[in-house]
Amino acid sequence: MEDEAPVIYGLEFQARSLCAQESETDSIRFLVGTQSLRSENQVHYIDFDDENNIINKTIFLHREGEIWHISSSTFDASLFSTCYNKTSDCKSELKAAVWQIPESTDAFNSSSEDTSSAHPHLQLKCYLTPEENVDVKSILWQPAGDSHSVIGLCEDKIISWDLNSSTSKVTSSFNVEARGQHKLTCGRWNPHHNCNQIAIASDTSIRGLDLRTMSQVFQIESAHGQLVRDIDFNPNKQYYLVSCGDDCRVKFWDTRNVSEPLKVLSEHSHWVWSVRYNHFHDQLVLTSSSDSRVILNSVISLSSEPYGHLLEKDENEEGDSDSLNEGQQEPVKDGVIATYEEHEDSVYAVAWSSADPWTFASLSYDGRLVINRVPRSEKYKILL
Amino acid sequence: MIPRRISQPTNDSVVQDERPYRRDLKSFYGLENEDPDAGNPCNIDGAHFQPETYLSKLIQEKSLTDLMDEEQKMVREIRGLDSDMQTLVYENYNKFISATDTIRKMKNDFRKMEDEMDHLASNMSAITDFSASISATLQDRRQQITKLVGVHSLLKKLQFLFELPARLNKCIEMEAYVQAVRYYTKAQRVLHQYEHMPSFQAIHRDCETIIKQLCCKLREKFKQKESTAKQLTECVDLLLQLGEPAESLCQEFLSHARHKLDEDLEELDRQIKLYIGETTPGTEQRPSQAYVTSGMDVLEFVDLGCNGFLSNICLVIASYNDMFLNRPQADESLDTIALRKLVIFVNELMEQYFSFVRKRVQLEKETGDNTILVRALDRFHRRLQAMNKLLPDTDFSRAGTEIVSRGAKDRVAHYLQSLKQHFADCLTDIRQSLAAPRLVGKQDHNARLSDLLGNIQTSVVEQIKSVLINLQAFIASDITFAMKPYFRGPFCSQDVREGLVVAFIKHVCSVCNDFCEVSGDKTMTPPTLLLILSRFCIDLENATISYLLSLAEEQFMVEDKTSVTTMTELFALAKETGQRLLNHYVRFQGLTISQMLRKSVETRDWLNTIEPRNVRAVMKRVVEDITVIDMQVGQLYEEGIRKERSSDSSRRTHALSSAAQQSRRQQWNYAPSVDNSLMSNIQKLFSEKIEIFSAVEFSKVSVLTGIVKISLKTFLECVRLRTFGKYGIQQIQVDTHYLQLYLWRFVSDENLVQVLLDEIVCSAVHRCVDPTMMEPSVIDLICERG
Repeated sequence: MEDEAPVIYGLEFQARSLCAQESETDSIRFLVGTQSLRSENQVHYIDFDDENNIINKTIFLHREGEIWHISSSTFDASLFSTCYNKTSDCKSELKAAVWQIPESTDAFNSSSEDTSSAHPHLQLKCYLTPEENVDVKSILWQPAGDSHSVIGLCEDKIISWDLNSSTSKVTSSFNVEARGQHKLTCGRWNPHHNCNQIAIASDTSIRGLDLRTMSQVFQIESAHGQLVRDIDFNPNKQYYLVSCGDDCRVKFWDTRNVSEPLKVLSEHSHWVWSVRYNHFHDQLVLTSSSDSRVILNSVISLSSEPYGHLLEKDENEEGDSDSLNEGQQEPVKDGVIATYEEHEDSVYAVAWSSADPWTFASLSYDGRLVINRVPRSEKYKILL
Repeated sequence: MIPRRISQPTNDSVVQDERPYRRDLKSFYGLENEDPDAGNPCNIDGAHFQPETYLSKLIQEKSLTDLMDEEQKMVREIRGLDSDMQTLVYENYNKFISATDTIRKMKNDFRKMEDEMDHLASNMSAITDFSASISATLQDRRQQITKLVGVHSLLKKLQFLFELPARLNKCIEMEAYVQAVRYYTKAQRVLHQYEHMPSFQAIHRDCETIIKQLCCKLREKFKQKESTAKQLTECVDLLLQLGEPAESLCQEFLSHARHKLDEDLEELDRQIKLYIGETTPGTEQRPSQAYVTSGMDVLEFVDLGCNGFLSNICLVIASYNDMFLNRPQADESLDTIALRKLVIFVNELMEQYFSFVRKRVQLEKETGDNTILVRALDRFHRRLQAMNKLLPDTDFSRAGTEIVSRGAKDRVAHYLQSLKQHFADCLTDIRQSLAAPRLVGKQDHNARLSDLLGNIQTSVVEQIKSVLINLQAFIASDITFAMKPYFRGPFCSQDVREGLVVAFIKHVCSVCNDFCEVSGDKTMTPPTLLLILSRFCIDLENATISYLLSLAEEQFMVEDKTSVTTMTELFALAKETGQRLLNHYVRFQGLTISQMLRKSVETRDWLNTIEPRNVRAVMKRVVEDITVIDMQVGQLYEEGIRKERSSDSSRRTHALSSAAQQSRRQQWNYAPSVDNSLMSNIQKLFSEKIEIFSAVEFSKVSVLTGIVKISLKTFLECVRLRTFGKYGIQQIQVDTHYLQLYLWRFVSDENLVQVLLDEIVCSAVHRCVDPTMMEPSVIDLICERG
């Protein structure tokens, strides 16, 4: 039996980076990077046992510095990248590297053993160094997983590396013309169009770029009233995009017509830091905010699911043989499915599991990781 | 013995007093003597009076003096009785004598009468003899005389017939058609009867031809445009008498009338076109009318319609009724056909007329003058009612009322539009005067917010009032349609109350809500306008709505309140709007300050900053801005409730809390390597969760608290994104301390500021590579200097 109660896992350091292990499709796994200036930072490798509701963690030491961004490889489950802050006395720099999870982790680490000195170090695969000395804010892996290239977002640059060999090689570097003095805040690799596009956000605007020519595909000027904090592409509908920002709103866009957002959600009461589409059911949209809440929305009207008259037609074809269908007779509407209030500090990151469509994790600054599930009623509504 | 003596005189006197009346009464009513005294032998008036008994009784009972008195009284009475008797006798004697005289006279008269009766009898017998002899002589000639009289009349008739053609001709010449028709109808039957006789046949033929001529003439006249309705009636009457088919006559009559009515309608149409400003050929052709190019006003227009079209159509209906419907001999089927024709005809025309009037009234909504429109509508309505009586089966007043209500409705809509416009103007005014006064100086600027609020309130209320007064023209007591319940009810409750007052309030709310919607866009609303509007909405809720509604209900006597928007609904709407505006204001101002703080944190290199000597300018700016906001809000909103109010105590708590802070800093100083998340987590456990962008209350303190919360939360989030050096953290210490010194006075719960600032410092310490704290005394010094 599944339990609806959330599973809470506390880290001893503050943390703001979280990602699911993208290429792992069997078990529910997340990676969390800690942020501490004064002690050695860690990467927590979380394995969630769905059946027994138990978290199995493995802690690796991240020797380079506090982690600002973490992202996992799409083609090799053992690889992931971090963007970390290397501070010396008079300067702090953001650098990036690709790491490998040591092979023999399971044997080596029983979860009861918990002294920090005993934690294994991560194996460094390679550094991702830009040509010039610039801060690397985040690393994007090619979403399809069929090419070994990664993209790094710098303050005003987009750099791509090739990871084919054990070392990294800069394949291209592109200066994004800085409009005003705004730096890039975040970016997202578009999984559609043969993975040839990325969307980047700076200040209040969002731009889409073609990676082959580095020409602009679309531009949403003043997408939000204030800073755009995160964007995500609809995994099933190639032109649909969701963004969130400091104006406490979440906006859905059609990149072919960007004059007006398709829909605006304003459920949060402070900045929205992260927004994620569910990979399997794109009506499920997860947002997290510094009002320390995580909200699960249903946006079926903009999803690839049949909706409105299409839905009705389907039901008619099915006929009225199934009694379970009757519960679904009333039209499904957009709206908040659940609000999760387990956090007590700002929630900077949220991620869906890559293996289970119903599980997601959220991470707040005070180091609390919460694993939650979509409410069962909603799940049945989608499945049946 | 003695008591009897005493009582006796009284008894006696009573008897004496009563005696004459009683007697009289008894004799008058013819009653039997029921007097108990009657049988008494001592009663002097009784029938059984016995003088001896009486005398002996007297002598026995009375003293001498009494007896003397009695005797004298007796004598007096006797004397009185004597004289009475004498007068009676005399009177009766006189009467007897006159009776005798009368009888003698009667005897004489009867004798004379007897003689005359005899004479009369002899005369009568003579008359009887004479009459018998006359009747005997005249017996055989009577038959002859009757025959002669018959022949004479026949001859007269024949003569009339022979003369008929000539007469008819003459009549036609003289245009005395009525006469001619009368002659003809008289003769017609006879002529028909004796058609087989050649002589009559000729006459008949002649007459026929003449009558045909007459018919032609009549028809000609009938078709002439100039002929008046009366002439027409006459013509039709005659033609009917001449046996023309009624149905075709109806048709012809109506089509004839139609021409005239169409002309009227065309004139109306022309007027409308003139009014709109379309040039019509008519104006060019008739230069004399060129001066009326602007068209007549609605009153004139309705007058024109009433006097021209309506009166003509009334005339047509009336004469039609006379001609075709109210004829005694007409048969039923003809009547119904004729009536149906009339109804179709009238309906068609009236529809056209209504469409013109409707058009014209609709044009009227733009102009300002109400009374003329109302009078025009009134006239129109009255006239239609009069018409209704004329043609009972149809109901034009419904259509008419519809036009009237439509007119009123349009008017209300127009007023609503102008109210909206006025409200928009008010807003523009406020915007302008908010934008202008930067030159004049801050104090002046601040003093004016409440004035602006007052201005917009009074001007809106006044505007609505004047509109209501204007609209009252529609229900003035001298207006007929105003008294009709089918107009008055919907007009008062649906049009005025709902369509005007409620709609306006809703409009105001929706305009205000729109201000909250456009937040993200470039079109900036000045925040002070939001503030003023939010107060305006609150005042709407508190007083203005109920005032306006009761005013409207009072002035328009709205009784039917079943399907109207309730006051509470509007209250809720206004309150919600006010709340949204105020929330938006707080958000807006909070974000402005946040922006400032964010820029200041983001652009600084906190790792390599110099040792703090001053409070950063941006903090001073923040405090200044919040002070200005405080003053502005203070003008419009009440102070609100603080948790700890007295300045003394707050000073002290402040000192205490800074001491607490100090001790905490000591901790950080001594154990910089230990992570403090535990500490802050414990602290969070005990303090309530702070809702940053929560709804605020309608008070100054609450508004300011909201703004401060938003600003400080931004500060916190920004600090967490940076890495600090030793002096960086010290600068943050100085800044937060400064904020604490100045911000506590604005918020409801200064603990809140304390918690947020602590969290900022705490986060900064986390983000610091070398957390060496500054001495509190130094911080104090720097802050005081700043």
